[in-house]
Amino acid sequence: MRPIALIAVNVFRESVRDKVLYNLVLFAVALIGASYVIGQLTAGQDIKIIKDLGLAAISLFGLFIAVFIGIGLVSKEVEKQSVYALLAKPVTRTDIVLGKYAGLILTLAVNLAVMTVALYAVLAVMAWMGMHPTPGLDPATLDPGLLTAIALIFVELAVVTAIALFFSTFSTPMLSAALTFAFFIAGRFSTDLDHFNTVTDSRAALWLTTGLYWVLPNFGPFDVRAEVVHGQPLPTGEILMTVLYGVLYTSALLVAATFVFSRRDFK
Amino acid sequence: MAAALATDDLTKDYRVGFWRTRPYRALDALTLQVQPGEVFGFLGPNGAGKTTTLKILMGLVFPTSGRAEMFGRPVGDLHVKRRLGYLPEQPYFYDYLTAEELLIYFAGLFGYRGADRRARASAVLDEVEIGAERRRPLRTFSKGMLQRVGIAQALVNDPELVILDEPMSGLDPLGRRAVRALILALRDRGSTVFFSSHVLSDAEALCSRVAILARGRLVTEGRLAEMLEFQVRGWDVVVAGVTPALQAALAARATRMTAIGDGRCAVELPSMYSPETIAADVASAGASIVSINPIRATLEDLFVQQVADAARQVERR
Repeated sequence: MRPIALIAVNVFRESVRDKVLYNLVLFAVALIGASYVIGQLTAGQDIKIIKDLGLAAISLFGLFIAVFIGIGLVSKEVEKQSVYALLAKPVTRTDIVLGKYAGLILTLAVNLAVMTVALYAVLAVMAWMGMHPTPGLDPATLDPGLLTAIALIFVELAVVTAIALFFSTFSTPMLSAALTFAFFIAGRFSTDLDHFNTVTDSRAALWLTTGLYWVLPNFGPFDVRAEVVHGQPLPTGEILMTVLYGVLYTSALLVAATFVFSRRDFK
Repeated sequence: MAAALATDDLTKDYRVGFWRTRPYRALDALTLQVQPGEVFGFLGPNGAGKTTTLKILMGLVFPTSGRAEMFGRPVGDLHVKRRLGYLPEQPYFYDYLTAEELLIYFAGLFGYRGADRRARASAVLDEVEIGAERRRPLRTFSKGMLQRVGIAQALVNDPELVILDEPMSGLDPLGRRAVRALILALRDRGSTVFFSSHVLSDAEALCSRVAILARGRLVTEGRLAEMLEFQVRGWDVVVAGVTPALQAALAARATRMTAIGDGRCAVELPSMYSPETIAADVASAGASIVSINPIRATLEDLFVQQVADAARQVERR
């Protein structure tokens, strides 16, 4: 466990030194700017819009971090040959894959935590400034349901990171980025694949779409933004099943990434 | 006692080509043993298979066939790695870290904790003479300084076996001298050193044994003294008080004669004439022998001859 933790801390340190956390400043500026504009233009709906916008921004910023750091995690190490000295130490190739993954998850967690605090801060300020129908810090403004949505975004990004990491064990960063984005977009529309039988009778097409439905990630259940923003109830069982699905899908990807990485020759 | 390092019929084929790939044999049935405490030079021209061998030993590439062991255990074993230090060729390290942070990170991977971890990092940086610059990011380091950091990280666990891939690469004369001294210091404290090089003077100055590799095959291996001892190809004799008659007598046997001045002459005799054969003539002419030195084949001569032989054998096949 110790080598994995040390490698993870090093990945986190690399993210900090490479100024990845600067995106947080961009996030804060974008959110505060949007809040000001929305406050001027809308009446009564501003808090809901800010919540929706904030969650979308957290998801988008997180996605960029997960993909653009994830694709370089292993490939950069191999390309620049820093893996030569690392593998000579008492670490296994599995330690390297898991350590790299854990490091990026730590980076994402810190990013999401700071963005969450920023979102709540903007909501609080808007409420205090009277942009809400009932000024003051009421429960509707500082809705803890946002945390559920953000937790699911975090699990979704953990899956995306595992996809990027998997591709980065055998592919170039550019191709890994393209494939990861393709998986992400396909995963968002995965439910449509399950309903393909309503638009075609072709058996081959149905086998293909059913196969893809089972192989591709299904990111649909991770998106509960609309429910949270509009205060609709979120069944705990469904949330837990979604988290479990994310954990299992991530585990399968990490096993596959380790399998590929453990058999690679570093020429 | 198990060999510090042993390979048996170690072979590596790479697939080359894009569409119809074909095998390219980078290493062909290498069998080698390095005993504990030895400084072993692994020599060969570029493309001979040295780095492929070292990568197999470090678990960076997998052999197509054959076996490689260190301390009687298969390569890649974590117990082996704990006793091992490795300097890659043209090493690259995380350039966002300082030299000190890199060494502390690597010391942690070897199980050092807390103050010990920091102290160990500091000690090896002192050993390679990286001073205050240890707190600068590695991206600001010159090639020579990076090489020294590379050597420091290879020694951070006080290894019993140190594998160095072209350790003199990128170093200025002072740096080379420091690395030579470091390798000898490692030998004196009982570590085994296995290093690849194509700089033969380094091997000649440092190694107890060498192996020469060419086109993936081991062409010769043994004690440096033995390999070169039997190849005395002549004698350099300096004679003082040379008369014209003596000069004529010596010229009949010498392959080369050079007048040094003040009646002194350097006489190069072929191996079939020992210096004793001219001693009587020198004495009777009232001259004297100032010095006698055997002309031995250098490692470079041996290297060129072995590599050329290997190339001829491959062409004949």
